[in-house]
Amino acid sequence: MKENAMDNIKISAKNVQVYYADNHAIKDVNVEIEDKTVTAFIGPSGCGKSTFLRCLNRMNDTIDICRVEGDILIEGEDIYDRRVDPVQLRAKVGMVFQKPNPFPKSIYDNVAYGPRIHGLARGKADLDEIVEKSLRSAAIWDEVKDRLDAPGTGLSGGQQQRLCIARAVATAPEVLLMDEPCSALDPIATAQVEELIDELRQNFAVVIVTHSMQQAARVSQKTAFFHLGNLVEYGETNQIFTKPSDPRTESYITGRIG
Amino acid sequence: MSAFWLTITVLILSAFGAYAGRAQSLRVAGGDARKLHSLPKYYSSFVALGVLIPCLFVLVIWLFAQPKLIERGAEQMLNASSEPSLVMSDVRRVADGLGVAVAQGALSETEAHAPIENLRDVLGGVGVALGNEVTPDVLSAAQGMRAQEQRGNQFRMFAVLGLAALTLVFGLSRITPEFRARNAVERVVLALLITAASLAILTTVGIVLSMIFETRNFFGLHSWKDFFFGVKWAPNFRGDSELSILPLLWGTIYISLIALLVSVPIGLFAAIYLSEYAGPKTRGVAKPLLEILAGIPTIVYGLFALLTIGPLLLNTFGSGGLLGVEWMSGATAVLTAGLVMGIMLIPFVSSLSDDIINAVPQAMRDGSLGLGATKSETIRQVVIPAALPGIVGAILLAASRAIGETMIVVLGAGAIAKFSANPLDAMTTITTRIVSQLTGDGDFASPETLVAFALGLTLFVLTLGLNIIALYIVRKYREQYE
Ligand SMILES: Nc1ncnc2c1ncn2[C@@H]1O[C@H](COP(=O)(O)OP(=O)(O)OP(=O)(O)O)[C@@H](O)[C@H]1O
Ligand SMILES: [Mg+2]
Repeated sequence: MKENAMDNIKISAKNVQVYYADNHAIKDVNVEIEDKTVTAFIGPSGCGKSTFLRCLNRMNDTIDICRVEGDILIEGEDIYDRRVDPVQLRAKVGMVFQKPNPFPKSIYDNVAYGPRIHGLARGKADLDEIVEKSLRSAAIWDEVKDRLDAPGTGLSGGQQQRLCIARAVATAPEVLLMDEPCSALDPIATAQVEELIDELRQNFAVVIVTHSMQQAARVSQKTAFFHLGNLVEYGETNQIFTKPSDPRTESYITGRIG
Repeated sequence: MSAFWLTITVLILSAFGAYAGRAQSLRVAGGDARKLHSLPKYYSSFVALGVLIPCLFVLVIWLFAQPKLIERGAEQMLNASSEPSLVMSDVRRVADGLGVAVAQGALSETEAHAPIENLRDVLGGVGVALGNEVTPDVLSAAQGMRAQEQRGNQFRMFAVLGLAALTLVFGLSRITPEFRARNAVERVVLALLITAASLAILTTVGIVLSMIFETRNFFGLHSWKDFFFGVKWAPNFRGDSELSILPLLWGTIYISLIALLVSVPIGLFAAIYLSEYAGPKTRGVAKPLLEILAGIPTIVYGLFALLTIGPLLLNTFGSGGLLGVEWMSGATAVLTAGLVMGIMLIPFVSSLSDDIINAVPQAMRDGSLGLGATKSETIRQVVIPAALPGIVGAILLAASRAIGETMIVVLGAGAIAKFSANPLDAMTTITTRIVSQLTGDGDFASPETLVAFALGLTLFVLTLGLNIIALYIVRKYREQYE
């Protein structure tokens, strides 16, 4: 591990613009996301949080009308460079979606999906171990260990979301992007996922989009506030929530922009 | 008054009712439509429908019932004869002929009721040919029938017009500002819709019942053991036929199987390409093109089999062909029909699969892509497994179409019923045999003709079963994502 604070930067975005056809959805965003840190993206609906998040693993490539400009570097490597394979990139930058989306396969196969595709396991025993470790780290192992062959779609919403987290963790990513991972969950499952995020921070850079100020305050160390496609303010979570420097941030966190 | 003019009159009366209903509603409201429970147009429709529906109903029933009743009367008059159905058809011809003769002026109305000497010549002169000489009782029966018909038509006119006047007056008298014409019209509309729906169901039931009835007749004349478990299809119109469904079923299944082997992979891959890879432009062109292909009448595919695919196969596998083998003796073969039927089914399979693949939620694809899977990995490991039940349903629907297909097989597969594993042999199917047993002039009481109904019923049960299973699977699959 490198000592220098500057070297702790995992992702750095420079002058990023995103257009959906003529709609300028992200306007000149510059941000540096640190490794082994939870970064929260907050902001009113439609301000471009998901759009920016999807830039970080090039999921926007799957949308025909979407165009991204500017540079996004992960560990100094431009991910929009021609030589970068977006498929490989997505293995390195995992994503958990707003709505739980388990595959219509068994719980085991859901988690084993990534490792199988990328050939991460050396054998059946190895794969079993990865699956168990991922399910444990997503705090769902105890609930499903007796029914790994049951379909993943048969779980409850909160269990499905944790399964999706386990699935993302199983590919051993370096960065984990989470787009409103708790919006479909009850308070208990939310608490479990938040605890989980805190643990994941030991190994990954985690970026989480959330509509809950409390959640952002609880789980993140850094917070970025987006408004109408602009990155208005980015800094320590404590500072953003106690002494925001921009009036727009202040009115949002106190509930006046919504 | 003829039924046509009677209908027109009823329509005019009903239109008048519409006008009068509106006027009456405004009158009872003192010219202020806001005092009415419903808008004036509802009073107008209420009166119009109140005239139209009962009158047309009575007219239709009358049109069906009157000839039956009159014929029964005439039959009783003639009960001496040994073959009532033959004599009755003569009577009907003579009665109709007299009507034509009067209409064309060859006979006067009074002459048509008196005994006629040279009836054959008179009717021949107006274009109605009679087979054998008309006996006096046939003539008098025919004349009686005609007289009754004329009387009946007169009654019909009085009944329908009377009813129209009655309903018109009744409808108008119901109109008060409180009368809920809007709700009444609503009920009438509902009743009409229910009638339409039940007519559709009733005709289906009717078709099935008539098939069951004729099939029962068939099994009265022919052993069911031979039909279901015999080995030979050899209809012989002098009697003593062997009529087993098994060789036909074999041909049907063999051809359908080849058709599915052609259409399922091609259709499915086309659907995957269109729904997952093609850009909006390509899709915009290719989808309508495929759908046009689905609209080509099957007889055209049959011609294609007869004129193109068959000779092509013969030039390849026949004697003196490209391969130098002698496996095929004629252009009609299982393979010819199967290939062409497969081509016919491609758009069917692809458009169904396309719908089903599109129904797989985008979130599922995103999930897989987000884990670093490529597009084809995503399709193979997530999209197709998720869509599989629906695709199986689509294949079963395609199979039931293949089993019921007729024209391609008539032109492409030949007419020989046999068990053979060679796809280059001519074979035949259930549908083509139904056609051939019913065309030509066999009489409708022989097992050789009636077997068509037994074949048809079996086919119906087969395809119905396939469709039910397919729809069940498809529906089950849809529920999964709702
Ligand atoms: N697939 C798309 N096609 C076209 N426009 C899009 C698409 N996705 C997002 N947009 C547009 O981009 C802008 C930002 O959307 P985005 O989904 O990033 O907002 P968000 O901040 O995630 O909102 P929310 O909190 O409601 O999820 C919106 O104006 C939206 O209309
Ligand atoms: Mg969003």
